Amino acid sequence: MLRAAVALLERDLRLARRRFGENLLVVGFFTLALALFPLGVGASPDVLGRIGAGVIWVLALLAVLLGLDRLFQPDLEGGGLEQMLLSPAPLELLVLARCLAHWLGTGLLLALASPLLAILVHLPAEALWALPLTLLLGTPTLTLLGSIGAALLAGSGKGALLAALLVLPLDIPVLIFGLSAAEALIAGLDATGALLFMGAFLLAALALAPLATAAALRLALG
Amino acid sequence: MHSYANPLRLGRILDAVYPWALAGVVVLAPVGLWMSLVVAPPDYQQGDAARIMYVHVPAAWMALFVYVVIATGSAAALIWRHPMADITARAAAPLGAAFTGLALVTGSIWGKPMWGTWWVWDARLTSVLILFFLYLGYIALHDAFDDPERGARAAAILALVGVVNLPIIKFSVDWWNTLHQPASILRIGGPTVHPSMLWPLLTMALVFKLYFVCVLILRVRLLLAERRLASLATERS
Repeated sequence: MLRAAVALLERDLRLARRRFGENLLVVGFFTLALALFPLGVGASPDVLGRIGAGVIWVLALLAVLLGLDRLFQPDLEGGGLEQMLLSPAPLELLVLARCLAHWLGTGLLLALASPLLAILVHLPAEALWALPLTLLLGTPTLTLLGSIGAALLAGSGKGALLAALLVLPLDIPVLIFGLSAAEALIAGLDATGALLFMGAFLLAALALAPLATAAALRLALG
Repeated sequence: MHSYANPLRLGRILDAVYPWALAGVVVLAPVGLWMSLVVAPPDYQQGDAARIMYVHVPAAWMALFVYVVIATGSAAALIWRHPMADITARAAAPLGAAFTGLALVTGSIWGKPMWGTWWVWDARLTSVLILFFLYLGYIALHDAFDDPERGARAAAILALVGVVNLPIIKFSVDWWNTLHQPASILRIGGPTVHPSMLWPLLTMALVFKLYFVCVLILRVRLLLAERRLASLATERS
């Protein structure tokens, strides 16, 4: 049972390694979209420093959202999803493995890239570890919540806009606590409460989101 | 419960309930408005402006109540494949969105003179805004598929996921310090609202609920007729 999940994880990671450029696209979007802000709101360091952490968190959220169409759509077209459904391993477990692989190719890269972006918007030195830390804790939750929306819309031919409408309301709490933790850490304050909330969100999403995602996938395959 | 899966039987029950609910609205709406606009005393701080409460609070209660109706219907539709449960949930969704929108708009109008701002990004207002978008997402997802059955079940899953928002809305004013006042009706130790204001409020809440029942029945009938029309069209072709 676990072997099937590990095999799926290995396969996804091998695919991700061979198409590493595709994963870098997410980081490319992340960086390029950030570059719009100095052009849009003016490049003065104190404005950028004040909104920087929030902008980086929002962009990470949107980058995760944009990457969602690759979560199930290729397998749905190629017939891989039917195999996942037919396998004796529970679909929920396979969904979890798929989300983990997808997160390693999106959320993890975003977290690793975030210090570079923090420098670009003149954030203080504390942001160099505070942003990656909160993103590491927050983006897996975003991927898991997003998997529900991606599975609900799999095969509908409806675009990213509807996915955004479904997923963004659920993402908002993660954004609120992720950002308040990041800003507390940057300001040198105690962020334990917000970090614990983020941990709680992650655990709840780990436990519950695969159930909803698997139900939606079964529905998509009839 | 499964006997109500028969549209004809459900239709007969709806037909029996509808005139009573309609009569309730017609009789109680003027009474409730008169009580809240004339009889109830003005607030000692806010004056007559506080009377918007008699629309705002029932609308906000209904926003939550309708979501509970949708979530219950969705659960029944998913677990027992109960077709009428899905139709009820689907019929309720635009009403819930409308009540939520009304609560947001009246709250905003109330907030401008009292808080000095149309909108604050506090926990209560934000979570109700999320509720509004959950309604919109539910409606959009229902219509996103060529196969209505698929849309119904996808939307039902989304409705159940969205249930996590309900306790957040209810307790947001207790968990976080906000401009919005804490709960004053359903609280430990009884309501803190004076009876002279509580009774108009409860009457208006009843009017809102009966109005919801009326429109829900009309919409369920509409959806049933649409379904019948679609099945007749496929039969003929």
